[in-house]
Amino acid sequence: MAGKTLYDKLWDAHVVRRNDDGTCLIYIDRHLVHEVTSPQAFEGLRLAGRKVWRVESNLATADHNVPTTDRSKGIADAVSRLQVETLDRNCHDLGITEFGMDDPRQGIVHVVGPEQGATLPGMTVVCGDSHTSTHGAFGTLAFGIGTSEVEHVFATQCLILKKSRNMRVRVEGIVGPGVTAKDIVLAIIGRIGTAGGAGSAIEFAGSAIQALSIEGRMTVCNMAIEAGARAGMIAVDDKTVEYFRGRPYAPSDEIWERAAHAWRDLRSDPDASFEKDILLEAAEIRPQVTWGTSPEMVVAVDGVVPDPQTEADPIRRESMLHALTYMDLKPGTRLRDIALDKIFIGSCTNSRIEDLRAAAQVAKGKRVAGTIKLAMVVPGSGLVKAQAEKEGLDRIFKDAGFEWREPGCSMCLAMNADRLEPGERCASTSNRNFEGRQGAGGRTHLVSPAMAAAAAIAGHFVDVREL
Amino acid sequence: MKKFEKLTGLVVPIDRANVDTDAIIPKQYLKSIKRSGFGPNLFDDWRYLDRGEPGMDHGQRRINPDFVLNQPRYRGAQVLLARDNFGCGSSREHAPWALDDYGIRAIIAPSYADIFFNNCFKNGLLPIVLDRATVDRLFRETETTPGYRLAIDLAAQTVTTPGGVEFRFEIDAFRKHCLANGLDDIGLTLQHIGEIEAYEVRRRREAPWLFGRS
Ligand code: SF4
Repeated sequence: MAGKTLYDKLWDAHVVRRNDDGTCLIYIDRHLVHEVTSPQAFEGLRLAGRKVWRVESNLATADHNVPTTDRSKGIADAVSRLQVETLDRNCHDLGITEFGMDDPRQGIVHVVGPEQGATLPGMTVVCGDSHTSTHGAFGTLAFGIGTSEVEHVFATQCLILKKSRNMRVRVEGIVGPGVTAKDIVLAIIGRIGTAGGAGSAIEFAGSAIQALSIEGRMTVCNMAIEAGARAGMIAVDDKTVEYFRGRPYAPSDEIWERAAHAWRDLRSDPDASFEKDILLEAAEIRPQVTWGTSPEMVVAVDGVVPDPQTEADPIRRESMLHALTYMDLKPGTRLRDIALDKIFIGSCTNSRIEDLRAAAQVAKGKRVAGTIKLAMVVPGSGLVKAQAEKEGLDRIFKDAGFEWREPGCSMCLAMNADRLEPGERCASTSNRNFEGRQGAGGRTHLVSPAMAAAAAIAGHFVDVREL
Repeated sequence: MKKFEKLTGLVVPIDRANVDTDAIIPKQYLKSIKRSGFGPNLFDDWRYLDRGEPGMDHGQRRINPDFVLNQPRYRGAQVLLARDNFGCGSSREHAPWALDDYGIRAIIAPSYADIFFNNCFKNGLLPIVLDRATVDRLFRETETTPGYRLAIDLAAQTVTTPGGVEFRFEIDAFRKHCLANGLDDIGLTLQHIGEIEAYEVRRRREAPWLFGRS
């Protein structure tokens, strides 16, 4: 019999029941909750007179609506405020642990979960948020769900699921200097497309993936959803195990030893087979910049905006034309000649301490270009912020002219006050460059933290390899 | 949940690939703590020329006459025709809520994003997958035939054109059963309480660290 993939192992360990039609009842170990996708689920639960199955499996924090400026003033927008207060009230009433807006541990749910050790290897982790794939970085089966499923998990601790296909993306070799996890994942999406992982759970593997830090692995898995995959995951190694040692919700003592031992088996067997297997050469990956309105519309920083006329597929050509109009770009324009209005360093893709260090290194001793209207750094959590301040990164950013903000999703999706105005162009370390994502009419280019910082200094894109 | 059995509905074509859930229902409407009322904001950025905010009077807004949903011939559409990877991006269930609230009962596309596809079924909305060539043909026929309606039969798993051409689609037996009977799957899962509890007892023994308190 062929060996099992990591995904097979995680799946099999969580099957409560197999139904006749091939779907399975899958047990959920950890449920992360935020304010946007939960109110209707809490309400549904209440209306049906149902209880939360395992209260202590839930962890909540408000991230999408929270202001990144002075928190003592509360939330100015009444509708946003009500949503955050609704989460507070629901968690309080049901006894669910919540890191409220003023808690030092508050932050983007996908940064907070691992940071607290609430996400652990071998778990099934869900959240009403597509970027839950982030948590796959630790040999975890993690994926986003809709609000009805949030309610289903509250009520039953399970989900009815059909197994996805096994897909592997290997990145072999060593990346060049200046090439980060973000560039790797953008290059992967550029290769396989935004639907390339459809119906699949992707395991990221290969020496270039193993060489990544845990933070870098989270960045890669975070964007698995942008490749259309149900989940992204990476095998456990020593780095993974060490990452969790001593975290608040991680096990300790004798249980730790048992857990760490079990975690080391969270890898695909050597003879496991994948229905789809893709190989990228790390050495060929250059710093990436998206030019369009889908993460697959991406080129290397030393490239040019592509010409739709060279695209054979009519539907793709049409969407390229559409994207160019929206982005106000012409084919053949060098990426380096694209001037920017705003810079956003943050989001669950790139707001961890390592990301801030990379950006600070570029910004150190420099000044944000006068043509940049706003350059902001938004740490992923209160603890990341505190750590960065301890290292003096906040000073580096502020001295260079960046704004240093409170943690949250911020301009990644602009549900709070941070947003692009129509026509503004932004270099962003987030994960989606969709139309209007960062504000109606706003134009987003996705890049790594170092590339964003370098663009802030220059006022346009620059190749970080030349710094 | 609403039942889905049969429907003969007017078709509206959204001729773009990778339509994301941000486009289906923009983020500012996600601040609502309700499940209903999203219909007027379906495709808000494309449908109106001014910027929408929650609580606005939609009667007073500037309509984009070029957007298909605003063309009189598509008024009252119940079937949405779409391209590849429809519903990609954010997991927001507000997307199917908005489609449902607007009056859409079924979607036809060559492919969907996973989470959106799942979310549809939880809301009595039928996402049908037909191959690209067929979808192409339906786009052509819709655009050239005012009042173009498709007949959808869930039990028979067919889509039939006004000309009587029938296309078969696949659907999971479980999803079909739930949709046809309007079943709430939480209720179904709770029929297996014993199995869930037995699983927990075993796992607590094998892997106690999974049951730590957060
Ligand atoms: S940072 Fe952006 S992508 Fe991540 S959870 Fe928040 S809104 Fe979603």
